[in-house]
Amino acid sequence: MSQQSATVDKRPSHQRASRMNERQGAGHTPPGRPAGETAGIAEPSVSVRELDIAFGAHKVISGLDLDVSPGEFIVLLGPSGCGKSTLLNAIAGLLDISDGEIWIDGKNVTWAEPKDRGIGMVFQSYALYPRMSVEKNLSFGLRISKLPKAEIDGRVARVAELLQLDGLLKRRPSELSGGQRQRVAIGRALVRNVDVFLFDEPLSNLDAKLRNELRVEIKKLHQRLGNTMIYVTHDQIEAMTLADRIAVMRGGVIQQLGAPKEIYRKPVNRFVASFIGSPSMNFFDGELRGSAEASAGRLPAGPVFQLGGSGAASSVPLARYDFIERAPAQSRAAVFGIRPEHIALGDQPDGHFSAEGKVDLVEAMGADTIVWTSLAGVPLTIRTDGETEIRPGETIRFGFDPASACVFDAGSDLRL
Amino acid sequence: MSLETARPRGPHGESAALAFRATEPGRAAGSAAAHERSPTRGRKPRHLTIGRIGLYGFVAIAAAFFILPAVVMILTSLKTMPEIREGSIFALPESFDLTAWIKAWSSACTGLDCDGIRVGFWNSVLITVPSTILSIAAGATLGYALSFWRVKGADILFAVLLLGAFLPYQIFLYPMVRAFSMVGLYNTLFCIVIVHVIFGLPIMTLIFRNFYAGLPVELFNAARVDGGGFFRIFWNVMLPMSTPILIVAAILQITNIWNDFILGLVFAGRENLPMTVQLNNVVNSTYGEREYNLNMAATILTAAVPLLVYFVSGRWFVRGIAAGAVKG
Amino acid sequence: MTAPRKRLSTATLVLLPFWAVVIAAYIGTMLWTVQISFTASKLLPVDDYVGFAQYERLFSSTRWIVSMQNAVIFGVLFITGALVLGFLLAVVLDQRVRFENTLRTIFLYPYAMSFIVTGLIWQWLMNPGLGIQKTVRDWGFESFSFAWAVDRDMALYALVLAGLWQASGLVMALMLAGLRGVDEEIWKASRIDGIPAWRVYLFVVVPMLRPLIVTAVVLLSISVVKAFDLVVALTNGGPGISSDMPAKFVMDNLFTRQNIGLATAAATVMLITVAAVLVPWIYAEYFRKTRKGAAA
Repeated sequence: MSQQSATVDKRPSHQRASRMNERQGAGHTPPGRPAGETAGIAEPSVSVRELDIAFGAHKVISGLDLDVSPGEFIVLLGPSGCGKSTLLNAIAGLLDISDGEIWIDGKNVTWAEPKDRGIGMVFQSYALYPRMSVEKNLSFGLRISKLPKAEIDGRVARVAELLQLDGLLKRRPSELSGGQRQRVAIGRALVRNVDVFLFDEPLSNLDAKLRNELRVEIKKLHQRLGNTMIYVTHDQIEAMTLADRIAVMRGGVIQQLGAPKEIYRKPVNRFVASFIGSPSMNFFDGELRGSAEASAGRLPAGPVFQLGGSGAASSVPLARYDFIERAPAQSRAAVFGIRPEHIALGDQPDGHFSAEGKVDLVEAMGADTIVWTSLAGVPLTIRTDGETEIRPGETIRFGFDPASACVFDAGSDLRL
Repeated sequence: MSLETARPRGPHGESAALAFRATEPGRAAGSAAAHERSPTRGRKPRHLTIGRIGLYGFVAIAAAFFILPAVVMILTSLKTMPEIREGSIFALPESFDLTAWIKAWSSACTGLDCDGIRVGFWNSVLITVPSTILSIAAGATLGYALSFWRVKGADILFAVLLLGAFLPYQIFLYPMVRAFSMVGLYNTLFCIVIVHVIFGLPIMTLIFRNFYAGLPVELFNAARVDGGGFFRIFWNVMLPMSTPILIVAAILQITNIWNDFILGLVFAGRENLPMTVQLNNVVNSTYGEREYNLNMAATILTAAVPLLVYFVSGRWFVRGIAAGAVKG
Repeated sequence: MTAPRKRLSTATLVLLPFWAVVIAAYIGTMLWTVQISFTASKLLPVDDYVGFAQYERLFSSTRWIVSMQNAVIFGVLFITGALVLGFLLAVVLDQRVRFENTLRTIFLYPYAMSFIVTGLIWQWLMNPGLGIQKTVRDWGFESFSFAWAVDRDMALYALVLAGLWQASGLVMALMLAGLRGVDEEIWKASRIDGIPAWRVYLFVVVPMLRPLIVTAVVLLSISVVKAFDLVVALTNGGPGISSDMPAKFVMDNLFTRQNIGLATAAATVMLITVAAVLVPWIYAEYFRKTRKGAAA
């Protein structure tokens, strides 16, 4: 234990990381760890400290911190080019970092070879060795590390059984279906008997049906093995369903790190809000009026959001809205966001916002229907059930509970 | 022979394009197999139009331009000297007379020696085999290193090599001669092999680099996570996938080295002169009456090896031409 | 924070011998050649520096000037000729002609043969007493002349003809590959628009084949610069110096005339000429759009 503490002491300051964790208030995140406090709290399985990565003059990641607890399933989510795969490759040791440290299972592996990091990795294109049988693919790494043959055979057999690859061991990758190939790729990571698995968009080369099946399989696998998993994807459904915590990335920076529900309900900024959810959140530019200036009339007292126009129909009461700090006293430019699925049709209870609009377009999607209308001159999508009979041209009544909305600062895009 | 069915704009035009596309040496191998299912087309027969006649006229003239020299060469080699003097260059030989061939092979004079072109043949074999193997080994290793391993300055190394591929030999030759003389290796078999490896390095590196650059990086990454080192990944993962490019490289180097004249002339030394140099000596340095039948027989013999490679390799030969030249 | 750098990797070690070859065999020899060109070296290199004297001598040499002119004429005719002929052959083969495979084999086989063989074949065909000229004259065309290789005015064109015979197939093969890669829908669209095929070839297809044309030009240019074997085998630079080429000029002065100062000066001029064309091209083709490092 003392040795472990010493290890911890050597680390650079991580105040920045802990501040971030506090802000998101994520229950999973281990708190900042001055040496004394580590007792009873698990050492993070993977820990990235002040990571900088640059390709030439182009900075891809700068000052990134991330802690992953043992057994945690963490998803790196973001649009392409956000640095999520770069971060994963850096953790794997597949590219040289410019600055920072990477720790895996309490060891500083910043400059260790990929094979010495105690990781297994699954790639988007499967990356199976084409000239080797499934069995040879699975055992390649074990043969390189010169494990006894009996041990190799045992591990391969176990993994093959786990992933239902028993009958395929003698086949070449080219003789397998896409789903089978990806299972072999997962198997290749599993035979390494490591604690940390890295997945680089493993399902994006599969068709929709297989993707769903394998997603469930990966989830089950995680529940069964309890390993730490770091999973890169741009698919928010994968992220929401698989993750214990999601790290939403943009421009090489983690925008928000938190449980899927939290990311969905309480996005820290406008980017996260717009990236999560489909169809995307509706946004309105406007003005946040402090309680002091609340308009008179039938509206309850408290802050309101002025959608741009004037009158009751364009003022959203924010009494039920949960500000991060407290409601601002002064007026300020802000952006109001509401998810399509949080908008209800028909009359609204007290305290909710209510308006009318003409239907422009109806998209029936089977289980759901997306209704396009407008509010204060801005297009608005509403997600409703698949049974609705609404037709274009009709005027509908709709509204929402302001508590489920988000208000962002117009300048910083941060949620208020 | 599958390409005969590969017509443009036919229902299978697309796969034909793939099989023939020079830029993708790796992929073409697979689609070649698809060709064997040669489909019969249910198109309406074409009517003979003026344009069509003109087309075939052009084809006939072009074919004659390309084929006649070879025909003349063969005919001449089978004639006797009196026949050559009397008759037309296009006339068929009266009898198939193989004396010129036998003489060319075993007793034609190259300067002072009269042991025939066979000496050059075996010299060329001794030069071509090790040069081909070594230059492919060097090019494959360097191409692999440049494609997958980030080594500082690798770009500069590659740039210099590329530039070297295009520069005239004349700029390098004399200092090389001096350097080899200094270490006492000038005019040896070893010398000419090394020179071929050095001058084959750019093209070999280029085609292997292009090939490996076309493979997914993830494969390399997977092998690294599995613990493979430089040579392990090269030997167990990359080389087994490299068969197509190895064939292309072999075709390219065998023909290039066999057809070389200038390097053999300068570096091989009297004892090891390759066939091309000996052929030129037979034809251009003889005094007295020229034996054209013998000359043509010797010429055909010299061209035989690359022609054999050409006819056997078929489509691969074309890919060899393109592989080195197309950017990666 | 200073990170411990990686130890010397295997890849770096593997590159070392290649660096040695590149530095010694390419850069070193090149610099040495340039150095000799500034000396008064005759049979052996000496350290007697004479500035640009060898270059002055070189450019006052008729033989060198003729060689340069020949290289330009040969280069232009050979490259444009091979491009045009090769492209026509490719287009013809693209017209669903019969025996396409056989024809392609016929058009390309000369490319498998060396320039020495090519030169010797054409030397025989152009033989003044027994070649094609004699046969055609025997048919009654008394004024027919095809003894180009021994004709001062025609020797250079003999080289062009033999070169075209050898290399047009290369262009054909490259272009055919390109034509087969042209999207079928372009042909469908042009048929619906009623655009004649030749126009489509000229204004749509040719621009699409630009990279392949560049490739072909580069390959052909290399053979022009290296044109030595063909000249030796077909005309040996003659008659006189009428078909001499820079490469042959250098070789003669290096190895038979013991004039290495002059030869290296000529080689340096060749180097500068080629480099002036190549450096921008290599930069554009290989480094502008090079992919980011392997692991990126």
